[in-house]
Amino acid sequence: MNEPGRRRIPQLVIWAALLVAIVAPIAATAFSPQLAWRDPIYIGSGFAGVIAMALLLLQPLLAGGYLPDLSVPQRRRAHRWIGTGLVAAVVLHVGGLWITSPPDVLDALLFRAPTFFSAWGVVAMWAVFGAALLALLLRRLGWRWWAWRLAHTSLAAIIVVGSVVHALLIEGTMETITKVLLCALVLAVTAKVLIDLRVWTTQTRRKTKA
Amino acid sequence: MSTDALTRRTVLAAGVAAAMIGASGLLVPARARGLAPTSSMRGGSNNYLPGAPIVERIGGGGFWMSGTVRRADDGVPIEGQRIQIWAHTTEGRERDPHSHGATLTDATGTFRLEMPQIVPTFGQPHGHLAYDGGDFETVFLRPVMRSAEETSLRADFVLRPV
Repeated sequence: MNEPGRRRIPQLVIWAALLVAIVAPIAATAFSPQLAWRDPIYIGSGFAGVIAMALLLLQPLLAGGYLPDLSVPQRRRAHRWIGTGLVAAVVLHVGGLWITSPPDVLDALLFRAPTFFSAWGVVAMWAVFGAALLALLLRRLGWRWWAWRLAHTSLAAIIVVGSVVHALLIEGTMETITKVLLCALVLAVTAKVLIDLRVWTTQTRRKTKA
Repeated sequence: MSTDALTRRTVLAAGVAAAMIGASGLLVPARARGLAPTSSMRGGSNNYLPGAPIVERIGGGGFWMSGTVRRADDGVPIEGQRIQIWAHTTEGRERDPHSHGATLTDATGTFRLEMPQIVPTFGQPHGHLAYDGGDFETVFLRPVMRSAEETSLRADFVLRPV
């Protein structure tokens, strides 16, 4: 990817493809006929969920160093900011749904909802909070690097699988084709980074630390 | 080979077979049970507003909610039972009072109420129904539409006398 000879065009293609992958599902949601029957808070919480799903794609890309032109400190900082954004989007998603229908959200949080997908979403939510907490406490915990990374990436895997199942089973405002494509991308990139970083080993390749 | 002796093998085989029949539920107690009462569904009572008025139709209509009400055990249709209905529709949210209405069952235990088109909310196109009169145990149902395109939904109640 970084040979000087074939740099410019592939890089542009990568950034353009990334932009499309992130913007398309959000834009398609804006055309959902279901928006007409919803009030602004419900619409906002739906969009927060879609945005969280789109941001989720960036995390493994940054962690694996798959995006061109970014130095290690740059992509680490970006990974942290996107992670903060993910936490905020999840809080807005669940908070907005709570305002829309408290009993439905309470059922989901207590794992007694009739909808199978809500449990996956709730598990993914706690994994997002857990992964963010691990990131915040990285220094204070003083764990060995491989142990911290295994914990953080395990939570990341739970986030990705939980979010994908959650999103795919929902009949909501997210447009189906862009949803399936985004979910497939997130799954594929996450699987790639977990394998590339060999997160199950105690060895660290300095180059790929995120 | 002996045919009359009670060998360990036959005892074991008979015991296992008896356990399997028992576990499989094929052995029903000899009570005249008949029709089992409907249990409330998960989330059925969400956004319930007690005392929805009996109406000709909810809002502008265009969608039909129907079903039957029968008595547990003997399955006799029950007339004059009040069924409350609410949903997220093209005209309002589940919790809006104008999304709620009630209707009575006829002599055949059937109820049918026109309401606005149900649209998906919280990930599924679904309706809510409640029976909470005094004569039978309260039941809350939450049927899900097979597709958001459907223009009717059905839910049947089998009620247990209090």
